[in-house]
Amino acid sequence: MTDTVTDHSLTTAKSPKVETPFQRFRAEFFESRIATAALGIFLIIVLLAILAPWITPQNPYDLGQVSVMDGRLPPGSEAFDGYTMWLGSDGSGRDLYSAILYGLRISLTVGLASGVIALLIGMAIGLVAAYAGGRTEAFIMRIVDLQLSFPASLVALMMVAALGKGVDKIILALVIAQWAYYARTVRATALVERGKEYVEAAQCLGISRSRIVFRHILPNCMAPLIVVGTVQTASAISLEATLSFLGVGLPQTEPSIGVLIANGFEYMLSGRYWISVFPGVALLMTVVSINLVGDHLRDVLNPRLKR
Amino acid sequence: MTEPLVEIRGVSKRFTKRLDVAGKIAQRLGANIREETVHAVDNVNLSIQKGEVLGLVGESGCGKSTLGRVVAGIHPASDGQMFYGGKDVATLNGTDKRAATLAIQMIFQDPFASLNPRMRVEDIIGEAPRMHGIVSKAESAEYVDDVMRKVGLDPSLKRRYAHQFSGGQRQRIGIARALAVKPKFLVCDEAIAALDVSIQAQVINLFMDLREELGLTYLFISHDLSVVEHIADRVAIMYLGRIVESASTEEIFSDPRHPYTKALLAEAPRLDQRRRDFAPIEGEIPSPLDPPSGCTFHPRCPVATAECRTTVPELKAGRGGRETACLLEHAETV
Repeated sequence: MTDTVTDHSLTTAKSPKVETPFQRFRAEFFESRIATAALGIFLIIVLLAILAPWITPQNPYDLGQVSVMDGRLPPGSEAFDGYTMWLGSDGSGRDLYSAILYGLRISLTVGLASGVIALLIGMAIGLVAAYAGGRTEAFIMRIVDLQLSFPASLVALMMVAALGKGVDKIILALVIAQWAYYARTVRATALVERGKEYVEAAQCLGISRSRIVFRHILPNCMAPLIVVGTVQTASAISLEATLSFLGVGLPQTEPSIGVLIANGFEYMLSGRYWISVFPGVALLMTVVSINLVGDHLRDVLNPRLKR
Repeated sequence: MTEPLVEIRGVSKRFTKRLDVAGKIAQRLGANIREETVHAVDNVNLSIQKGEVLGLVGESGCGKSTLGRVVAGIHPASDGQMFYGGKDVATLNGTDKRAATLAIQMIFQDPFASLNPRMRVEDIIGEAPRMHGIVSKAESAEYVDDVMRKVGLDPSLKRRYAHQFSGGQRQRIGIARALAVKPKFLVCDEAIAALDVSIQAQVINLFMDLREELGLTYLFISHDLSVVEHIADRVAIMYLGRIVESASTEEIFSDPRHPYTKALLAEAPRLDQRRRDFAPIEGEIPSPLDPPSGCTFHPRCPVATAECRTTVPELKAGRGGRETACLLEHAETV
């Protein structure tokens, strides 16, 4: 190879600054104060949940630390063991501050685990549909349509009724209720990407089909997937709370946020608002912060919405 | 005459929109819908000699891009055969097939859509040569630098993404990507149509330099007659999926034979004529869903006869040995 640079080599560097798409994305994301605040709140919630065993006065799962004597105390009361219950206690004497943080651990685990698993399964199925086409695609997409025509809470409720209680079963039920959203998104995006010229160029270069699907098409489908992923994770967390509230989700002995809200529900009319309201606020903050982050991600990642 | 580098015989490409279940039911119930077939390319023969630049000219929608994609192996042909170096490409397999695939590369019209936005330039250019073992992983960086210099790109920019380049630079990246697999034949599908005029000249010069340097052969698809006149050795005129005339560039431009070619050339704006009034060819280009019978150009042809409505003219030598698909031209030899 000779490096003959002829008179057409007018091309030189325009600016020395090299900005990767990620850097640009980061700068645009943090332009929005609301989204930045929401991300901050979400990260604090996650941090509190992770650190729960070290920063709470009580382990609500350890019956030795829970005393019925402390039941239904209002916020700010002193517990039998001497610490202050800043958010009060529930009917069985659990310190609500501790119970909420431990509950968040379960809720976030269930939400994120089911979100990630549903994303992977939905992504694989959606890619297969877009790639295979024809009858396979029609078959898969009709199942997706069928499933999306039911409310997700109904599907999850039916699955839990069939599977039984427990964290693993809840995650499974949520995955079954949510994979279809991911499959539909991935298929739609992959179909658009497949028709673009860079895919034709890759075919022309003799690049294998699996490599085209996974290395060329899939990375270009990630933006909508991430957006759907955040929104669906938030929805998985509230679905889990819904199931637990209805009494078909997690067991009473390991209260998630939904169980805590359900426990306090019966005391609402007797003025003991805190048992339901504080877990409710925690759930609200979690779901709203994830949704705000997801909404803003969609704005940043979708070039058509750019100002 | 030596053996052509690339030859296609009787190639057709049809796109059929099949009816779905709802459509079939509606059809049974008497709705006026049917399966729609577009004859994008209809029984085309072409041969291209080594080192030659063949210009393929036609209006939008005449099937020239589809023909280019069939030649480049992106779309399989519905009918017909394609030969590379005298061998039927469909019968090749293994190493030979890969060699034939890599030997024919395509340069695309849209320099924005044809580069993967998530890949760095070094990967866009270097992926295929690494995958096919043209270079080892260790030599890959050096190789990519070489190819980038060859197309006039600064190798220090190889860590960038495609969106960080201008249109002309992106087109150079597309050319570098094709050159990286050491092709013998380039299909340029409107490769300069999306560029500024000043950049067009640079890219055309690049094509011509590469032709001399690497001995490349081109199928140059364009609707721009002046560009084709400038770079092509031979020109084929396409109308509604068929080649209507094929001759050397000089012959086509000085003495067009087919009525469509005549009309096309008469309306091309030229500096030496500076006409103000243009008389466009009458009528619209017919829908390829429902092409006219006989010679597809007859509804717009100023000299069409009754026979033109019924008989399909073949592309063959007529008056003076010139290849046209026109019954009148053929008749005048008899």
